[in-house]
Parts: sequence; C-alpha cells; structure tokens
Amino acid sequence: MASRITIEVTRYNPARDPEPRMTSYEVPLHREWVVLDALNCIKDHLDGSLTFRWSCRMGVCGSCGMMINGVPKLACATFLSDYAPGPVRVEPMRHFPILRDLVVDTSDFLMKLARSKPWIIRTVEKPADEEHIQTPAQLEEYRQFSMCINCLLCYAACPIYGLDPQFTGPAAIALAQRYNMDSRDEGASERLDSLSNREGIWGCMFVGECTQVCPKHVDPAGAIQQYKLTAATEWLKAMVLPRGAK
Amino acid sequence: MSKRSNEPFLWLLFSAGGSVSALLMPVHLFLFAIAFPLGWLDPPSDETLLALIRPPLVRVYLFVFCFLSLFHGAHRFRFTLYDGLQIKHLNEIINVLCYGGAVLGTVTAAYLLWRIP
Amino acid sequence: MSTYWWLARWSYLTFILREASSVFVGWTVLLTLVQIWALTHGPSANAAFHEWMRYPLMLGVNVIAFLFVLFHAVTWFGLTPKAMVIRVKGQRVPDWAISGPNYAAWVLVSLGVAWVVLRG
Ligand code: FES
Repeated sequence: MASRITIEVTRYNPARDPEPRMTSYEVPLHREWVVLDALNCIKDHLDGSLTFRWSCRMGVCGSCGMMINGVPKLACATFLSDYAPGPVRVEPMRHFPILRDLVVDTSDFLMKLARSKPWIIRTVEKPADEEHIQTPAQLEEYRQFSMCINCLLCYAACPIYGLDPQFTGPAAIALAQRYNMDSRDEGASERLDSLSNREGIWGCMFVGECTQVCPKHVDPAGAIQQYKLTAATEWLKAMVLPRGAK
Repeated sequence: MSKRSNEPFLWLLFSAGGSVSALLMPVHLFLFAIAFPLGWLDPPSDETLLALIRPPLVRVYLFVFCFLSLFHGAHRFRFTLYDGLQIKHLNEIINVLCYGGAVLGTVTAAYLLWRIP
Repeated sequence: MSTYWWLARWSYLTFILREASSVFVGWTVLLTLVQIWALTHGPSANAAFHEWMRYPLMLGVNVIAFLFVLFHAVTWFGLTPKAMVIRVKGQRVPDWAISGPNYAAWVLVSLGVAWVVLRG
C-alpha cells in the first residue's frame, strides 16, 4: 500500500472566490484513517483555513456528510484505504448552497422538517403523572425511522430534490412516518394534510438512492412508499365512508 | 383538508396497473409479439382466438388489462417527463396528454371489446 | 441539474430505464387493441396483422418492449415489500417472504395464460 494519498477538496470562500474550485493535498495513508482524519490532517498541517463540519467522529452526530468520489457519505465512517491509490475527491453535499469549503447551508431542510411536525401530537394531553406505556412491539413499529441523524446524505442522493427544490425530501418524510407509527401519537391526520401533496409524498418517484446512502439504515424510500399506501387507504376510506364517519 | 390532492387516486390506479402489467404483459408480449411471429410456437388460429376472447369474462379481463396498464403507464410517463427531462413548464399539457391518452385508450378498449361479434 | 443527470450513476440509470418501461406498457396495450380489432374484422385484417407483426422492425421493437416489460415486472415485484410492511407477532416479515410469493404468482399466472392461449 502506498504510504501517501492525494485528496482533492472543494475550496470556496464566497467573499473572495467567484466559484468553488478543487485543491489537491497529499496526506499520509494510514490503514485506520477515515476521510475525516485526512481533512483534519490538512487543517492541522497544510492549510488551517479549510472549513468542514464534524463533531462525534463516530457516525452519530450527522454533521460530516459530504460527497466522496461523487457519493454522499459520512467522512468519519469512510475509510481512506478503500480509495487507495487515490486520488479521492471530497466535495460539499450536492443540492445544498455552499457556505464555505465543505460546509453547506441546510436551512431548507429545517424549514421542510417543520412540515412533518416531527413531535408527538396529542388531542388530549395525559396528566403529567401518567405514563404513556409502549410495548417493545409498538416501539419496533417506528424504531427504524427514529435512527435518523439528520445527516442529509439522502437529500444529496435524491435527484428529485435536486430537480424540484420544493420537494419535502426523504429524511423529513421518514421522520413524519416515525411519528405516525408511534403508538403515543395522534397527529397522523394533521401530517397527512401537510404532506399528501406534490411537494410531499406524491413527489417521490422511488428512485431508492436515499435508502442506499443512508448510514443508519433508515430506509426513507420505504418509509415514503408505506406512507403513500397509508395515504391512499385514507383517501379510499374518505371516499367510501360518509363525511364525518371516519 | 386544505391541500390534499387527487394524487392518491392516480397512485392507486398506477399501483393496480403496475401489478396487472407486471403479471400479465411479459407472457402476452412473448406469445403474440415474439414467439408466434417468429414461429417458435404454433399460434392458435384466428377463429380460435376470436372464440377465446368472446366470453364476457375474457372481455372483462382484457378491459382491465388495458385500462389499468394504461393508467399505470400514463402516470409513470408523466413523472418521467416531469423529472427525467425536466420539462416542468409543460406540466399541464403533459398531464392532459398522458391521462387523456389513457382515457382514450380505455374508451377504445371498451368499444372494441363491446363490439366483438 | 443537468438534463442527463440519470447518466451520472448506475442506480439512476436503472431507475430511468424502469420508468421508461411505461412507454412499452402503453405500446403493448396498443398492440393488444390492434389485435382485437383485427380479430373482429375478418381474415384480411388478420392477415395484415400477422404480416405487420413479422416485419423485422416490428420484431425488433417488440423484443425491446419485451425486455422492458420484463424489467418492469422484476423490479415491480422486487419493490413491493418496501411499500407493504407485514408484521407477524410484532416482527417484520422479511422482504423475500413478500416478493417470493409475488414472483411465484407471476410464474403461475404466466403459465396459466400461455396454457389458455396454446391449448386451442
Ligand atoms: S462526525 Fe459525527 S457523524 Fe461524522
């Protein structure tokens, strides 16, 4: 194994640069190094101005998402040696405006997340001293969708989001489904109102790439199709049953 | 019920049609468009086929086959044009052409099947 | 995004091919309608239909159409378990337990149709 590897990193300072450009750096290629280690090595020894987000270094915080050789990945969970002999291309996540170097502006996602109402909605609150009892089987219903770390790799992978910025997108819809499936929640109908439209679940064409890149195996594509099935069933019910009877 | 759309209805047709066409189309196409014209298999005579499609149940089968498959295809094609080729500004025309085509094909199917002597 | 975004990745390409099967689904319905028309319009219409179906161009198009609807069928049954979650005793039934019977039904139905058509 070569002992060094070349990394091409997007550099962009909106105050100075007309356009993002690629800059190459050479870093040591250690067996146990992930891409994030290489970026930190650049920042510590080669160019202190390189800007990127990270925190946990263990695939939990979801802040180190970037495009690695064109594929959305967590920099802290992607081994450099898998790309030997290199070069490795590291770019900011696609479909988001670049703030600086590898840091993108995710406010669009946060705005959309609100559409999903990702919290437990109750029509009547239980008294504070009463618990919401939930069995392991009920937990299992939504557990998978609750693993989301908001890394937004799925947004970078989704061509529909790239084509139609109005689209609510994979993670936000999967999170809506996470609360829909929660036995304590009573907000499914409210969420359906804000997501059963072209910008919501019906915009998804089931490319499935969000599920491929998800580091937490949330399967957003599956969540959206399941949501469609529920929405269609609700629609049928509303057609068949007289108004008010549902 | 502010912004709920008719998409669920179209999606149900799309799904039903997807299943019907997936189940039936490969064998239909293989027999009538490949195996028979190429002489791989002995085709039934035209009289036999006509007798075969005459019973009401078979007509209903063929109608459902055409109707659902068309709406499946129209829905998918509409999205493919919309996203694949990004011709969004023509959205209205695309909708009319896709679903209109499906309606036209369905009506034609109904008429042809109705008129079987 | 570029108009040719779907060429950028293999998975995008298979997606667009899957969606493109819709064209051939429509085409197959059209063929069926023409055939029904021919059958109900006597021997000369039938002869014309058979001749038409034997044109090399027609055969070429139909082979492509067959491959596309085959691809549609395979992907369709493969993706159903994603939308349909079935739980038995709180455990999610594995994908193959849903798509497997789908594929089996597909084979059976195909054999059934072939039998009905070829029997005569
Ligand atoms: S640094 Fe937290 S997920 Fe990578």
